Amino acid sequence: MGSIMQVVFDALSLGSLYALGALGIALIFGVMRLVNFAHGDVIAFCVFALLWPSVDAVAITFAGNLPWFLLIPFVLCVGAGLSVLSEVVVFRRFRHANPATMMIASFALGFVIRYFLLMLYSSRPKSISLLPALSQPVEVFGARIPLLQVITIAVTIGVLIGLTQFLRRTRFGLEMRAAAENFTMARVLGVRANRVIMGAFALSGALAAAVALILGSQTGTANIMMGANVMLMAFIATVIGGMGSLAGAVIAGFLLGAVATVMQVILPPDARAFRDAFVYGAVILVLIFRPQGLLSARGTKERV
Amino acid sequence: MSLLSLSNVTIRYGRLTAVRNVAFSMAEGEILFITGPNGAGKSSLLRAIAGVTPPAGGRIDFEGQDITGRAPEDIARLGISMVPEGREVFGSLTIEENLLVGTGMHARERGWRARAAQALDDIYATFPILKDRRHTQAGLLSGGQQQMLVIGRALMTNPRLIAIDEPSLGLAPNITDQVYERLIGLRAHRKLTLLIVEQSSTRAMMVGGRMILMRGGEVLIDGDARAMGQSEAMHAAYFGIGEH
Repeated sequence: MGSIMQVVFDALSLGSLYALGALGIALIFGVMRLVNFAHGDVIAFCVFALLWPSVDAVAITFAGNLPWFLLIPFVLCVGAGLSVLSEVVVFRRFRHANPATMMIASFALGFVIRYFLLMLYSSRPKSISLLPALSQPVEVFGARIPLLQVITIAVTIGVLIGLTQFLRRTRFGLEMRAAAENFTMARVLGVRANRVIMGAFALSGALAAAVALILGSQTGTANIMMGANVMLMAFIATVIGGMGSLAGAVIAGFLLGAVATVMQVILPPDARAFRDAFVYGAVILVLIFRPQGLLSARGTKERV
Repeated sequence: MSLLSLSNVTIRYGRLTAVRNVAFSMAEGEILFITGPNGAGKSSLLRAIAGVTPPAGGRIDFEGQDITGRAPEDIARLGISMVPEGREVFGSLTIEENLLVGTGMHARERGWRARAAQALDDIYATFPILKDRRHTQAGLLSGGQQQMLVIGRALMTNPRLIAIDEPSLGLAPNITDQVYERLIGLRAHRKLTLLIVEQSSTRAMMVGGRMILMRGGEVLIDGDARAMGQSEAMHAAYFGIGEH
């Protein structure tokens, strides 16, 4: 019983990370038809925002020393700010470009962010102790679960509920949903394109920051490549979920987390090193049978 | 002074010219039908007026203000509301949410919430079927209901001019009658100016008002719809008799 609970919590917390990442990608794809590959580097940037720039091996903590009630808003603002900045400086110029061009621009932006971090902090991974109190284990149904996992899952559920309420109940949320379905029609009804797109980028950046906080506390390291793996899985989750479908992205994120965790347990020990190959194999199978994704978004019509 | 006026408007898609040097103007409260065969450039004209497809040349004025090439959201704020071809409801949103999208642009004004609620009541009074199904996803409505929804949605922005592309497309004749009955009623009630694109001129002749006949991106005839019904020239223009 205890070990099953352990697997369940592992799956849920890994899935949370993928779901939050996928949501950040799907939000922007929904309004702009842009697959933002710089998302992973925004995540890394948020982790490094906790450190003072230096190329020394020992990290000099800067914002990381703030109490949590200041630290969390600070990181969320960094993520949202960087994301909005990338929209204003880069993606706005590509708004009428075709999706492939925008995607390549996002790759380029990702490299710019990554090498900016490399320049300031060097490529050496640095150890950070972010919110150390969270590594304490807690007892849940007879299993000893790291408190961080429990908080990760709780935070993710909270974010999902909050975002759903925001999209359902607020005027801005309504405008975003309308724009995601038919951008031109929304504009004809007076919805401001720039406002909606910047709002989507701000939300997406804040989600990247949330992933950064979880990832930073989980791994205890800051590494300029740390966003890449989450980004890849999150992107796959948005594809499996059905591009542009927020619910699909979340479900697929949790599904990927579950598949990866379960494979880790059931695969023969020799094959565990190749776990990701099995996960991607499962992804291929899903896409063969449902190329449009699990929940296909209704409004994947081109923007004008 | 005319409410809307177009001069020398030309619209291109790449190398294809869809509309060539079109000029006309509309007075406040007028009803104008733009008719003509497929590919005449009618829809392109509406899209240019709404700012969706900026014209390649010429000038569009609304209330004496140059709106050529302005963003659709700015044009909507000035009081032009377009209902595009194929209806374009937000299928995953409920009827009520569809209607409310267009009220957001007045949110900075005092008392907008009360006015939006009032506008919603008005639309529901005009189209009771929408009220009964207001929490239904718009994608599940029938064609006629969707047509009423998009007209209602356009009215929610409180426009001075409403431009509708093929309101009868895909609707049964009796449903089309209903849609037109409501439109004409709204025009009298709200002093709306109506710009309606229809492929067939029969509806224009039934309703009356002014009619512009387009063909190949140009205006052929501009005149009274009922008078045109009797004219030989119109039939010739419409069916291209004597050209081949």
